[in-house]
Amino acid sequence: MTLTITLEFSGGMELLFNNEKSKQVTLPETFTPGSATLKELLPWVRDNLLTERAELFMQGETVRPGILVLINDADWELEGELEYVIKDRDTIVFISTLHGG
Amino acid sequence: MPKLCVLCNAQRAVLKRPKTAQQICRDCFYAVFETEVHNTILHNNLFQRGDKVAIAASGGKDSTVLAHVMTTLNDRYNYGLDLCLLSVDEGITGYRDDSLETVKRNEQQYKIPLKIVSYAELYGWSMDAIVKEIGMKNNCTFCGVFRRQALDRGAALLGVDHIVTGHNADDIAETVLMNILRGDFSRLQRCTSIRTATDETIPRSKPFKYTYEKEIVMYAYFKKLDYFSTECIYSPNAYRGYARAFLKDLEAVRPSAIMDIIHSGEAWESKVEVKMGAKGKDGKVAVGSCERCGYMSSQKLCKACVLLEGLNKGLPKVAIGNSAKYRDSTRPGAKPPTHDALPISSTTTTTPIPTTTTTAPSTSTIAPSSSTSQTTPTPTPTAPLTPHLRCKKCRTRLVPLTSLSTHDQGTGQSAFGFRKRDAALEVATRCQSHHVAETDVDWIAGVADGSRTEDKVLCPNNTCAVKLGAWSWAGKVFAKMRMFREVAKC
Ligand SMILES: [Zn+2]
Ligand SMILES: [Zn+2]
Ligand SMILES: [Zn+2]
Ligand SMILES: [Zn+2]
Repeated sequence: MTLTITLEFSGGMELLFNNEKSKQVTLPETFTPGSATLKELLPWVRDNLLTERAELFMQGETVRPGILVLINDADWELEGELEYVIKDRDTIVFISTLHGG
Repeated sequence: MPKLCVLCNAQRAVLKRPKTAQQICRDCFYAVFETEVHNTILHNNLFQRGDKVAIAASGGKDSTVLAHVMTTLNDRYNYGLDLCLLSVDEGITGYRDDSLETVKRNEQQYKIPLKIVSYAELYGWSMDAIVKEIGMKNNCTFCGVFRRQALDRGAALLGVDHIVTGHNADDIAETVLMNILRGDFSRLQRCTSIRTATDETIPRSKPFKYTYEKEIVMYAYFKKLDYFSTECIYSPNAYRGYARAFLKDLEAVRPSAIMDIIHSGEAWESKVEVKMGAKGKDGKVAVGSCERCGYMSSQKLCKACVLLEGLNKGLPKVAIGNSAKYRDSTRPGAKPPTHDALPISSTTTTTPIPTTTTTAPSTSTIAPSSSTSQTTPTPTPTAPLTPHLRCKKCRTRLVPLTSLSTHDQGTGQSAFGFRKRDAALEVATRCQSHHVAETDVDWIAGVADGSRTEDKVLCPNNTCAVKLGAWSWAGKVFAKMRMFREVAKC
């Protein structure tokens, strides 16, 4: 049993991810369904998908302030942020607010 | 167990509002977001029915959401506004190309006319050409000055009554921080005001003044609005970047920080105004206009004309401000302390800036006569480099140093024998003033019109207007034309 999720990057975030706006990924076995959280996902995304400038994606163990995260189209602040337990078929969106107005 | 919206108690909450920490659903979010902007417009009396309003559109998130919300509110509440989109094409390959495509799509989506004004058309230089000439460093001086004027000039071409920009609460808080960090009080005074205008200029306002960036981005995301996002490739403004990062760190700890900073900026504004005893209560500032292009300017030439002169002469390194610009009075491009949102005289804006410099009027000498003719330039090519005496407070250029007379000061205590000198008196007999030649005094209020025979010398920058000295006129000559050393500096 593995977790397959969709990641989306927009608002300029995609520039850090090889200009890909959407990507379906199957997480490795180390992500245990039912207990793996966003806290584990973020460094994995950074180490495996990010193509440049890690400091523009993460700060400490969370995303850099100014990056909005949505889980299944809801603000992650309503979903427990880093403590959110990943479910199969989740869609997680990262939007940068730091790029030009 | 989805959380329910605290407003309607029916639908799933999808957003935690940064301003109020309320958890609300999508429909309630749209409603409060739009209603707050509507209330901001009403409470500040931003428009009159029938106004022609240009939305400054960059294709980015803020202006795209602004265009959407303005058209929505105009229909819903029957404002009776004649809306249009106004874009600036800096001429940056690959950057504006895509964002202008976005704006062109917006024109179709919102069914309002679009006007694009280009740097090449207005100034004879595209940003790419400028960067080619001067390199990547310092070009944001051009970016900022040219863009600001381009909007005004475009608006004048369209004959609009009002410009709205997409500046949001985060942008304003960031500007407040920057101005505090730089000690720039004349800008701090203005940067929080929702509307900037003088009597003869096109008003500009910020309907998103109280709207958080997070909500703008969420609104665009939920509504699937079509916007373009990339950084201006010519804007490596590190300092603003740090201010931004700092603000975002603060917001992460306490979301109300953004509103708090705006409120401190506003509180400061009233304090500073009282202290400076400046201008009308409405914050209106009267400034002269650029003698070459008519754009509003507290100097003889506006910032764009100064920059263009440097470019056209091939002296960009001298003309462009850098970190030393506030100190080095020998630079013709040294930045005068004018404000962030320079409005323009609407009557003269259609005159394009000459793009070639056939004459070389001095950017630095203040004309000794009231003649402002460009056909009588100072012939010396080195004229723009003349060092000037400047207002110590706001750094406005006052008079060329060559105009300051070597003072026929008495010999003071040194006339006495060494043992009879008095150290205290020695100090007191030193003249504490700069003496200005009579040929260089026309800029002083009250001198040229002959209405008075003596008065204070005030800084010609109306936003500063600090007392610089005193003058008096006796028959045919000026008996006294002094500026205090403490307030005027080289
Ligand atoms: Zn609701
Ligand atoms: Zn720039
Ligand atoms: Zn000008
Ligand atoms: Zn001054």
